Amino acid sequence: MKNTPPLSLRVPEPTGRPGDKPDFSHLQLDDAGAVERPEISTEPSQMRDMAFRLIRVLDDNGEAVGPWNPKLDPDTLRRGLKAMILTRTFDDRMHRAHRQGKTSFYMKCTGEEAIAVAQGMVLSREDMGFPTYRQQGLLISRGYPLASMMNQIYSNAADPIKGRQLPIMYSAKDYGFFTISGNLGTQYIQAVGWAMASAYRGDNKIAAAWIGDGSTAESDFHSALTFAAVYKAPVVLNVVNNQWAISSFQGVAGGMETTFASKGIGYGLPSLRVDGNDFLAVWAATSWAEERARTNQGATLIEIFTYRGAPHSTSDDPSRYRPADEHEQWPLGDPIERLKQHLIKIGEWSEEQQTAAEAEAVEQVRAAAKESEAIGTLGQSRPSVKEMFEEVFAEPDWRLVEQRREVGV
Amino acid sequence: MSTTPMNMIQALNSALDNKMTEDPTVLSFGEDTGYFGGVFRVTDHLQKNHGLTRSFDTPISESGIVGAAVGMSTYGLRPVVEIQFADYIYPAYDQIVSEAAKMRYRSGGQFTCPLVVRSPYGGGIFGGQTHSQSPESLFTHISGLKVVIPSNPYDAKGLLTSAIEDDDPVIFFEPKRLYNGPFDGWHEKPVSPWKAQELAQVPAEKYNVPIGKARVMREGNDVTILAYGTMVWVALAGAEHAGVDAEVIDLRTLVPLDIETIEASVKKTGRCVIVHEAPKTSGFGGELSALVQERCFYHLEAPVARVTGWDTPYPHAFEWEYFPGPQRVADALKSVMTGGR
Repeated sequence: MKNTPPLSLRVPEPTGRPGDKPDFSHLQLDDAGAVERPEISTEPSQMRDMAFRLIRVLDDNGEAVGPWNPKLDPDTLRRGLKAMILTRTFDDRMHRAHRQGKTSFYMKCTGEEAIAVAQGMVLSREDMGFPTYRQQGLLISRGYPLASMMNQIYSNAADPIKGRQLPIMYSAKDYGFFTISGNLGTQYIQAVGWAMASAYRGDNKIAAAWIGDGSTAESDFHSALTFAAVYKAPVVLNVVNNQWAISSFQGVAGGMETTFASKGIGYGLPSLRVDGNDFLAVWAATSWAEERARTNQGATLIEIFTYRGAPHSTSDDPSRYRPADEHEQWPLGDPIERLKQHLIKIGEWSEEQQTAAEAEAVEQVRAAAKESEAIGTLGQSRPSVKEMFEEVFAEPDWRLVEQRREVGV
Repeated sequence: MSTTPMNMIQALNSALDNKMTEDPTVLSFGEDTGYFGGVFRVTDHLQKNHGLTRSFDTPISESGIVGAAVGMSTYGLRPVVEIQFADYIYPAYDQIVSEAAKMRYRSGGQFTCPLVVRSPYGGGIFGGQTHSQSPESLFTHISGLKVVIPSNPYDAKGLLTSAIEDDDPVIFFEPKRLYNGPFDGWHEKPVSPWKAQELAQVPAEKYNVPIGKARVMREGNDVTILAYGTMVWVALAGAEHAGVDAEVIDLRTLVPLDIETIEASVKKTGRCVIVHEAPKTSGFGGELSALVQERCFYHLEAPVARVTGWDTPYPHAFEWEYFPGPQRVADALKSVMTGGR
């Protein structure tokens, strides 16, 4: 043996813990407009640097700049802004509903609204999205009834999935929203399989999937990227890097060693990295990947760089593991503020309209809550107990028949 | 229907070929299952007959194979995937248990998984612990899964056809020791081929054997033997060796179980011996034993007996000490015939 110092084990630690000043000096951020936009047909090997850059369109002054500017019309921008406002308003209301004992659980997406809203608008509802629990914006941007979401959250008699799932584990096939699993990462390879099926059938639908930074460590992430590359599956694979997996910072999933986007390089997948708090950048990167998939050029991995402003869930208290003002200090700002600033900058929005839109969102959510709570909140109303025994199989076997009889339903 | 003799591999292949001809939503994939046709040849010629996109090779990733199949089935296809050995199925367990099995239920019927996971299982081939296991009880315990195990070519084809046509996920275990001939456990005797057996007379056309129906392999009056897979043949040999008039029931489907056939038989014979290759503790025999006790207690003349693999990993050098052979079945039968003492 060589005479070397003893080995030591490295366990990664974040730059800040409670009481520390937030420190984001290690982030390498590109200026808005600084990153080139490769042609959609570019070979993955010719665009590897994209995985280490950060696509940004909105600059600090609210201008949309650079080659990734999707040049959206003002109506689309306003629709996006309103859907983000509605998403945040809905979250706040349901978080409160949990505090009021109306449900057992809730998860907000505060700070991440641009992701699901922009992507929900870029992708068609004929496509299939395989979301995590923080893409409620997909449903909201597509006009899924808020009251139906609440009915699910309350597990009441009108719950579309019949009281069988934890709150927020929605399923909405007609809206291109796959049933959410609480087992992390499983949906990623399923999305690839769905996309392979669409290609096999000569369809023109594509799939999209979301996964968190933390869950990229699951083996399903690895098999999804392998299958997506091998079979050139028409799928958009998103990694929402919101910095925190419950209390574990993204370094615990390998984020200190390389970017999450760069993980696609090893599979030969084109890989983009985008500012997730920039509605226009998310839109543009998603459109690039969507067109690539739709034209049979295969999958794209997109790391969407953002910050989880909310607790992981209503069962979590982030003040115990991260600096209290980290979210406020996030250098990429707030997605709603930034799109609002842009719309005002181009003369298509005003503070008054913003205030009115916020009030309208509150009203929409209030009306939905009234409708849903009239049916009942958790425990006040629920689907028939016979639903416990239904749809285990297409047809129940004798065990289920006997057990249902035993319960007396 | 005219029939030809087929071994179990040919019968399974015929089922796949028929279904793929009939239904463009059926496709087959797994490790080495495409061009080469599978390490046991069950998917032989499917790629040649149906094209590259309908029968193809996959990366060595069981969770990926089943995960992709889950996605495909929710799209509306009927994928039939092969896990090369049941011993390799564990990486896919999460996709099977948490996803495929729960899809219909958790989505309120919006999404379903009509997929089949085929996998060779069981011992008697000197495969050691990584090529011999019988993990069926890990799947019978899961709500939302059907578990099917054929014991002969005729049933293999008809059951696989039904599994493919089933609208829920089916775990289809193929007793690999039976692929080329019925094996009764007398391992020192020459192997007999399938072609001499009536149950190897298989129609070339599609037909169904219903899921959930047991087959009475041998009628008898003294004792009921419940078995599946290779153990059906071992049970028949064990009964013959013991000289006992046993009723041998091939369960064919563990979930849903044909409880009526079991109940009627045990009530008739008053005795029950259960035989499986898997380890005893928490094996499916425990479930069968409990059901028989719950439903036939006042008809029983002796305690229900189990002849199973031991609670050890599947060993290589001790194949025939581990494998529940006809001698052990015969001993159990004699014991049960004398009241279990």
